[in-house]
Amino acid sequence: MSSSAPEHLDSAGPRGGPTERPVAGREISGRLPWMLVVPAVLGLAFLVLPLAGLVVRAPWSTLLERLAEPHVLEALRLSLVTATIATAMCLLLGVPLAWLLARVDFPGRRLVRALVTVPLVLPPVVGGVALLLVLGRRGLVGQWLEASFGITLPFTTAGVIVAEAFVAMPFLVISVEGALRGADQRFEEAAATLGASRWTVFRRVTLPMVMPGVVAGAVLCWARALGEFGATITFAGNFPGTTRTMPLAVYLALETEPEAAIVLSLVLLAVSVVILASLRDRWVSAP
Amino acid sequence: MFRRLSRWAIALPVALALAGLSGCGSGDPATSTTSASSSASAGGGAKEVTVFAAASLTGTFTELGKTFEGAHPGTTVKFNFGSSATLAQQITQGAPADVFAAASPATMKTVTDASLASAPTTFVRNKLQIAVPKDNPAKVDELKDLADSKVKVALCAEQVPCGAAAVKALDAAGLKVTPVTLEQDVKATLTKVELGEVDAALVYRTDVIASVGKVQGIEFPEADKAINDYPIATLAKAPAGDLGKQFVDLVLSQQGKDVLAKAGFEAP
Repeated sequence: MSSSAPEHLDSAGPRGGPTERPVAGREISGRLPWMLVVPAVLGLAFLVLPLAGLVVRAPWSTLLERLAEPHVLEALRLSLVTATIATAMCLLLGVPLAWLLARVDFPGRRLVRALVTVPLVLPPVVGGVALLLVLGRRGLVGQWLEASFGITLPFTTAGVIVAEAFVAMPFLVISVEGALRGADQRFEEAAATLGASRWTVFRRVTLPMVMPGVVAGAVLCWARALGEFGATITFAGNFPGTTRTMPLAVYLALETEPEAAIVLSLVLLAVSVVILASLRDRWVSAP
Repeated sequence: MFRRLSRWAIALPVALALAGLSGCGSGDPATSTTSASSSASAGGGAKEVTVFAAASLTGTFTELGKTFEGAHPGTTVKFNFGSSATLAQQITQGAPADVFAAASPATMKTVTDASLASAPTTFVRNKLQIAVPKDNPAKVDELKDLADSKVKVALCAEQVPCGAAAVKALDAAGLKVTPVTLEQDVKATLTKVELGEVDAALVYRTDVIASVGKVQGIEFPEADKAINDYPIATLAKAPAGDLGKQFVDLVLSQQGKDVLAKAGFEAP
């Protein structure tokens, strides 16, 4: 599709800058509406209390020695590495996909958009089975992979990454697509009229404009990958050092020692909170 | 700064709304069933018996539950099937149940140690078999074939009864087997064989029978060294009172024995 005719400037926002929203970041004075505050506080309590429960019930006295156990560190390292690689994979494939959905009008776009979100609502275990049926040893693609290249994905670390990326990619695609649709296209059109190729426009104009959306999506995608359980255990199995990520270790610890499971969950929680908080601050307050 | 923020104002809510939509977090199949069983049994009118039973008893107990309902009109039997260790924990955390049937004495011990049940009875025993895909691609025919590094093997994790039994059997045979995966329960282990993702797995004989020809079972002598006893007990805080004991009596009766034997369980 070629860029549509440039819009007239008088269709800009009510006050100058096209990307400025009139009320963004400004306080509205007046009494607090209790109709909103009460459910908001309840909602917050509902989300935070279970986490507080974990913290309260954690076996603090034995915490450090439990954390220093090699199998815990191994699972944590595996989780961090696989979630990061899965996120990189999602960025490479997901950003272009989001761009396609937001900027190219092709027949069946609505259907494709719906299909992209399927892994979000699919029970993760079902996602794992679906991956096995396609990429497993007897799967449609898996058979060919094994015959031609000797590659088998199930029960390998690569399989963990595939499972995590499958479940987490929709987060990235949808948040980047949302950012692209919310971005002002006139900048892109201006760049195009000045002779920039579509690739240059994407690289130098579009991508910098939607960067916050990309980062927010990537962070969520990473967090989702880090917590992935169902698809991983179904598709990649569970073996220490190769495919036993933190959530799998938590699940198995629950079978025998709930206290160890609480410790492991706390680690996962702490890592996520630290990363999410530090990333957001960096990106929002960047000059 | 403001421009940046306003873009965040679009990006973050979208992203967060998604996080809310997605049913974040890893569903834990074992605990998601608790809500079904924790609804208090109705006082008066309709009577309800709640039975917590190991996943490997799913088929047989469901059948016995129907028999029980037929013999006690107006009574419903509610089941919570799952990993024995998870069920034991739910009971010690106060889940209201009348009967607990576990796949290992160790998991039953968790409950008796908490004085929530007494005098469990062993009602059946279960033996391991080697399960292989129907076409047996790796040509497995005895236990020591699993030690071959070319054969992909799935075992249950050591934390669950079938995994503990597998370790016992392999130790008895003096074999060193490196599995490709340690599954969280016996049904998941069997699924890996059904799909042909692994060449062999150690599962219960009853699971092979229950898979109705999707996998092939191979007996092996060391299985006798790792037989699993299944204990059953009524629980101290049983909401349905005497009905729980009547259900246990049915399981221990000749009728119960016949159903369990047909499924491949052995008499204690």
